[in-house]
Parts: sequence; C-alpha cells; structure tokens
Amino acid sequence: MSTKRVRFTFPSELIKEPVIYKLGIDFEIVTNIRRADVRDSMGWVVLELEGDDEIIKNGLDWVASTGVRVDPVGGDIIEG
Amino acid sequence: MPHVKCLRCRECGSEYPIEPLNACEFCFGPLEVEYDYESISKAVSRESIAAGPNTMWRYHDFLPVDRELAIDISTGFTPLIHAKNLGSQLGLDKLYIKNDSVNPTYSFKDRPVSVTTTKALEFEFEVLACVSTGNLMGSVAAHGAKAGMKTMVFYPADLEQGKIQGAAVYGPTMVAVTGNYDHANRFCSELADNHRWAFVNINMRPFYAEGSKTLGYEVAEQLGWKAPDHCVVPGASGELHTKIWKGLQEFNDIGLIKNLKTKMHLAQPEGCSPIVGAFETGSDHVTPVRPETLAKSLAIGNPAAGPYSLEVLKETDGTGVYAEENTIIDGIKLLAETEGIFTETAGGVVISSLKKLVEQGKIKRDEVTVAYVTGNGLKTMEAMGDFVEPIQTTPDYETFQTALAAAQKS
Repeated sequence: MSTKRVRFTFPSELIKEPVIYKLGIDFEIVTNIRRADVRDSMGWVVLELEGDDEIIKNGLDWVASTGVRVDPVGGDIIEG
Repeated sequence: MPHVKCLRCRECGSEYPIEPLNACEFCFGPLEVEYDYESISKAVSRESIAAGPNTMWRYHDFLPVDRELAIDISTGFTPLIHAKNLGSQLGLDKLYIKNDSVNPTYSFKDRPVSVTTTKALEFEFEVLACVSTGNLMGSVAAHGAKAGMKTMVFYPADLEQGKIQGAAVYGPTMVAVTGNYDHANRFCSELADNHRWAFVNINMRPFYAEGSKTLGYEVAEQLGWKAPDHCVVPGASGELHTKIWKGLQEFNDIGLIKNLKTKMHLAQPEGCSPIVGAFETGSDHVTPVRPETLAKSLAIGNPAAGPYSLEVLKETDGTGVYAEENTIIDGIKLLAETEGIFTETAGGVVISSLKKLVEQGKIKRDEVTVAYVTGNGLKTMEAMGDFVEPIQTTPDYETFQTALAAAQKS
C-alpha cells in the first residue's frame, strides 16, 4: 500500500460527474480530500489516494481518460 | 541562520520546523520560509549591505542559510543598465534592463540554486537533483560540482544537444526521460518521494524560491535605494514574480527603502500563459494549460505559484500580459539591436510584453521601469531560426562595392 497526493482539475462539463466516488468504488482506492474549490465554470480538488501502486496508477489513468486533468500537488516540476 | 523562524503553509498557516519539506501535511499547501524581521532590521543597514561582496550574498541576512557555508560561484549583483536606446524607441525615459543573463551559468537560476545547494549541504544531503529543460540543469550541475555533491539531472529525452552539453560539462549524472511532458513530470515527482535527494524545486522548494528575492533587493539598491515604479517580470511557475515583490516588500518593511508603490507586471508567452489567462478573465483560479511555446524556459503549464502571482498582480495594480508567439524573436532582436544584449526567448517575451504595456498606456514615459532579462541568448540559438542574410561577395573590392550598393538599395 502506498499514498499519492494529486490535484484534479475539472472542466465545466465534468463538474457534476462523481469521478472521485467512482475512483473509490471501482478501483478500491481510499480518497481523502484536503482542499477543493468547485464552481459552475471549473473545479479543482487536492486529495490523497491510498492503495496498491498499480491500482493507483490505473485509477489515475482512468481519471485522466475522463477528461479530468491530473497533476502532482506541487504543480509542474520540469523547469526551463 | 539567525533570522529564520520557521516554515509556514501559504494556505492554512500551519507552522513547521526548518526541514526539507515543501508541502503542508494538513492541506498540502506550499510552505514558505518565515523570518524574524526585527532581528534582521537590527543586523542590516544600507551601509552594511553596500560593504558586502559584489554578489547576491551581500543580502545573506535575508536568506535562509548561513553565509559562511554559502556555495558561491559569484552569482548576482548583475548590471542594471539604463536602456536609453530601447527606451527611446518605446517612449520611456527611465527604462532599465536588469541583465541577469551574465550570471555564472548565464541565467537567474544561479540565485535560487546557490541558496538551495547551500541548504542541501546543511541538511547533509549527498545528492543534488533537478528535472529541467535548460537553465536549471546547468545551474544545478555547476553548483553541485562546486559543492562536491553527487548531482542528478533529469531531462526530456528529446532536449536539444546544446542544453544537454551545457549541463553535462560539469560532470553530473545525466538521465534522459522518454515519454511526454506529463509523464516526465509525474515520474520525477515520484522519484522525489522515494529517494533522499535534494530535489531543488521539489522538497527543497521553500529554500530554492528565496534566492530569487535578491533580484528585488539588487534593483532597489542599484536605483539608489528606491523601488521602481514598474517591474516587468517573465512568468513560468510565477515564483520569480512573487519573490521579487517579496524582496521589495522586505526592504520596505525594515526601512531600507520607502514608499513602495511598484506595479509588478507579469509577462508570459501566448502559448503558455495560464496566469495571464486567469488575470484577463478576473479569475482567482489558474487553469492548467498544455504548453506550446517557443519560450521553452517559460513552458510551465501548471504553475506552482500561479495563484500567488495573481495575488501580487492584484495587490500591486500590475498587469498580466502575454507576448504573441510571433513577437518573441522580435523582442530578442529589438533588445540586441538597441542595447547590445542578447537574451533568450524569455527575455524576448519580456521586451515584447513591455512594448504592449507602453502601447496600452500602463507605463508612462517618465516612470522608472525595470525589465528583467533572466537568461542568455546563446542558450536558445535554435529558436532564432535562419534569419541571417549576409551580403555575398568574392574577395575583390569591386564585387564587394556592387554587392553592398545592391544590399543598401533593397
């Protein structure tokens, strides 16, 4: 088991989708929301995921495939 | 390190000891170094600073490391040039260029990396690491060499050879990461979690960011202990913008300068302008973008300090402005042809954005304006393309005269 801190950014059309719920139910990942801001036009959620490494990876690939952007919590780390 | 109090979360205010941490355990917000300003104000004066070395370390009292341990390769105290020729073209009488492209590895990154490397040794790290597409990797490799540390440099596998060689010469372990930008970003973020390495812009980020404050101090001192009316700063993560402002604020708060009213403008390239985009729509949320810009050193689609940079724009009545992609090279050439300074693409973004700010009436002719040029043009030669059209001649006088006359006509 390991943990991973990520940030999901939801485009407006996906704000009402229960993406985090499905991540927990379908992938059996424990989701722990720490900060969030959800509005009509956009939303972001900072959360910690707990589960098997491979399952977290698969879960995040699925989240990204829905159109939700997945990023490390600290923003981009590749600098010029 | 007599003047440092703690690390504090920028979001929830939680306090942490001075350790290699970058995120709050409670809300995962970023951490920032907090100082004892009363202690600093007793220790420094204009005179004591002026008597210091001609490097960024003259401001050591404002940095989170011990001066005696500094890994100093003569970074900082770079020229502030009264750009009369460029100013004349743009309609500014008091335009200054802060030329940080003359640092030891030819970019401003030497400032934060100098602080980070010093701190990494203090924390007894053996490995200094970064993931970079250019300026940062060169600086980390150079400082790691000077500090006698093992150095790991990660970079996208398709990076230009010139940049790879510019870092490799210092002897680091070079790691080429295949895959796209997002994959490399995620992979390196995980590496930082799994190794006890000093990743300069990950676990060492609170200390790394502090080095950029010196670009605020220096400009104020070089202007005769006055803050400018305007700063135009290139924007990638947004951290440089926030830290120059923090530097000016600190000088103002302890009385080294007075009447701080600087407008802090932020310049991004059109192809990667998430902070400017949020500014223009009046949003306090920075929506990540996929970078598609000539200005590779500003290609950060999900800027860590984006929201704080937006706050600085609002607090200082600054303007977020983007340079159209097709004006970046124009900006580079304009600076080169008027002031003899060859900057990289980020500098082109700054100069083109400065031009827009003047055209929009945001900056007036008699206002003191500082444009930050943060990297050397020799680093991004490939971006210049094939723009040279020489006069062709055989080695005889008549042919040359004919060719010259023809060229002057066209």
